[in-house]
Amino acid sequence: MASVLEVPSDTTFVSAGPMVPRPFVVKRFRKETDDTFTLELEPKEGRSRFVFGPGQFNMVYVYGVGEVPISISGSPSTPGLIHTTRAVGTVTKAMAKLKKGDIVGIRGPYGTTWPVKEARSHDVVIVAGGIGLPPLRGAIYEILSNRKDYGKVVLLYGVRTPADILFKDELEQWRARFDMEVFITVDRAVSEWRGNVGVVTTLISKAGFDPQNTIAMIVGPEVMMRFTALEFIKRSVKPDSIYLSMERNMKCGIGLCGHCQFGPMFVCKDGPVFRYTQIKDLLVKWEI
Amino acid sequence: MSTLMTYRIEHDALNELIQELRKEKYNVIGPTPRGEAIVLDEITSALELPIGKTDEQSPAQYHLKDRTDKAYFGFSAGPHSWKKYLFPPILRLVTASGNGSDLQISDDASKPNEEEKYALFGVRACDLSAIHIQDQVFGDGTYKDPAYLRVRNQAFIVAVNCTRAGGTCFCSSVRTGPRARVGFDLALSEVIDNEHYFIVEVGTERGEKVMSSVSRRPAGDTEMEKADRLIRAAAQLTGRSLEPDNTREILYQNTEHPRWDVVAARCLSCANCTMVCPTCFCATVEDTTDLTGTEAQRTRKWDSCFTMDFSYIHGGSVRPSARGRYRHWLTHKLASWVDQFGTIGCVGCGRCITWCPVGIDITEEFRVIRETYLMTSRVSSTKEATHGNS
Ligand SMILES: Cc1cc2nc3c(=O)[nH]c(=O)nc-3n(C[C@H](O)[C@H](O)[C@H](O)COP(=O)(O)OP(=O)(O)OC[C@H]3O[C@@H](n4cnc5c(N)ncnc54)[C@H](O)[C@@H]3O)c2cc1C
Ligand code: SF4
Ligand code: SF4
Ligand code: FES
Repeated sequence: MASVLEVPSDTTFVSAGPMVPRPFVVKRFRKETDDTFTLELEPKEGRSRFVFGPGQFNMVYVYGVGEVPISISGSPSTPGLIHTTRAVGTVTKAMAKLKKGDIVGIRGPYGTTWPVKEARSHDVVIVAGGIGLPPLRGAIYEILSNRKDYGKVVLLYGVRTPADILFKDELEQWRARFDMEVFITVDRAVSEWRGNVGVVTTLISKAGFDPQNTIAMIVGPEVMMRFTALEFIKRSVKPDSIYLSMERNMKCGIGLCGHCQFGPMFVCKDGPVFRYTQIKDLLVKWEI
Repeated sequence: MSTLMTYRIEHDALNELIQELRKEKYNVIGPTPRGEAIVLDEITSALELPIGKTDEQSPAQYHLKDRTDKAYFGFSAGPHSWKKYLFPPILRLVTASGNGSDLQISDDASKPNEEEKYALFGVRACDLSAIHIQDQVFGDGTYKDPAYLRVRNQAFIVAVNCTRAGGTCFCSSVRTGPRARVGFDLALSEVIDNEHYFIVEVGTERGEKVMSSVSRRPAGDTEMEKADRLIRAAAQLTGRSLEPDNTREILYQNTEHPRWDVVAARCLSCANCTMVCPTCFCATVEDTTDLTGTEAQRTRKWDSCFTMDFSYIHGGSVRPSARGRYRHWLTHKLASWVDQFGTIGCVGCGRCITWCPVGIDITEEFRVIRETYLMTSRVSSTKEATHGNS
């Protein structure tokens, strides 16, 4: 086995350490629901445009507390950086306490993107469960800003209760458009809820799309993604036209720490967005 | 890398070599007896090598013994591997100071220090392959580890060919040894009969330069043949083997093999195997702040896929059972590593076998599963054949 280091010694071929976060300033903190909030960030120094593709994520560092992977929930074509996060544990709860003017560290963007280019001239069905909507929002923005290039555009969104619905105003705007369909379902209804009740897979039958010519993008808990994918396949959507975004523990985001392994894949660099056919055999196994 | 010159040096010239490396400002790291084991540490003279020492190794057993001769390298892989220097167990990545609206971040891992110009003295062929594997992990992807590459690029490597088979290793079956073939500056073969000398193969210009100040003469054919014979004999004597072909098919098709339950019942999830393994590269990052809260540090530490935290995501661990974790470890080493880096992640050093407190043996665990695979493929091919005849 030959050494891969054919570089003469003393040559510096790596500039800044890839584990070094870049300081970003909190420009705006917005509460979305009881436990979910959106941060608008801007680099402390340098250009304000943050170049990324929809579906990519950043490692977000909170001073002295820790660093976690969070998808970018903003639009790739507008300046600034937007993250929508649910406070669940140590780091995300510390993020929830950030205020305007505070600094966080950012590394990224990392990972694969939604196939917005490949999806052109196709019907696009986007399925989000709970906190799965923010990782898809960049794709929705991209598609809507080139709306004429796509066939039907449908968003199916499932949440636990009506109070957990994210981006309510935006959903209303999307729903009001003639060129986009939005269906929302809740697991548990409350008295004033007039909409759908049940798991998100039940919405698939409501969405009219041409199965042979559809690209599906799914984010949610692993079981939800698996059943949603199977439901699409049952309706003759091609398995390799189905995409989903995986979640694993991540300590580096750049393929070095080993934590995010999912079979032979590193979710941080081979994913998080995968074609269903790439991972379907792994999804049915426990503890992979 | 083609071999340049081959020399013979007398055994007492080994110290000249070490002193020459020290003169070149290398921090010489070599095997040295410490307590009940041969470990790796800084050495300042050949006298600190484990002269006349050997080890007896078997699953969960390691004992130091005296030899009847004065061999410098008459032992096998110990609990330490060279990754301790190239990929340190604890490494400060960044220091962040200030807080609130002011945050200064310093890139600590990219700062060189004087100590890290290492001469790795006594690298066995298996461990040299392990270094090449970690070169790929840390230096061949889109993102590279600057600290690893900096230390690695300066490291001077003195390999040692094995002339004795260890108690738990299996390099010849996985084709990593016992002879070091590429990637060294110098490679030594120790010969003891009525004389005691070393054959030194030069691998680089840098190696040649160091050798030019050491008492030496060109090696003769008989001397070289003698060394070759000893190395070949060591290969013959290795007691274990692991068949490195088709590992992906074998393991991917047997994720539900009953053997995983058998091994899980023994495995303590102690993570020893991953700590001693020269190729395991997993790491975590820890955050700390000083007492006043004005400085925060991020520190990289070796981690292991045997811990529960390793795969924790909100709601629980992805691999809560010992079965799931052992299966992940073995499958990564022998199968998914091939997908990721084009080679298996095991070099046959035997450390995980020796240092497993309950003596779990990777070659045995894999053999059982491989046999099932061979049997089922035989059965299905017989079935096909029968079917074809009818
Ligand atoms: C690619 C990717 C994109 C993500 N995008 C978003 C997003 O846009 N919005 C959002 O709210 N959440 C997102 N998550 C999940 C988010 O990373 C976790 O909620 C977060 O790591 C929890 O950290 P904690 O310290 O608050 O929780 P704790 O429970 O205290 O976690 C301790 C440690 O476990 C790990 N961990 C815990 N939960 C997860 C998890 N779900 N995924 C990965 N690692 C975990 C982290 O290393 C964390 O530091 C994403 C995860 C991944 C992998
Ligand atoms: S898996 Fe075991 S035998 Fe193989 S390289 Fe690692 S420690 Fe050595
Ligand atoms: S076997 Fe485990 S600890 Fe070793 S590299 Fe693979 S995942 Fe990491
Ligand atoms: S997050 Fe570290 S390897 Fe993927």
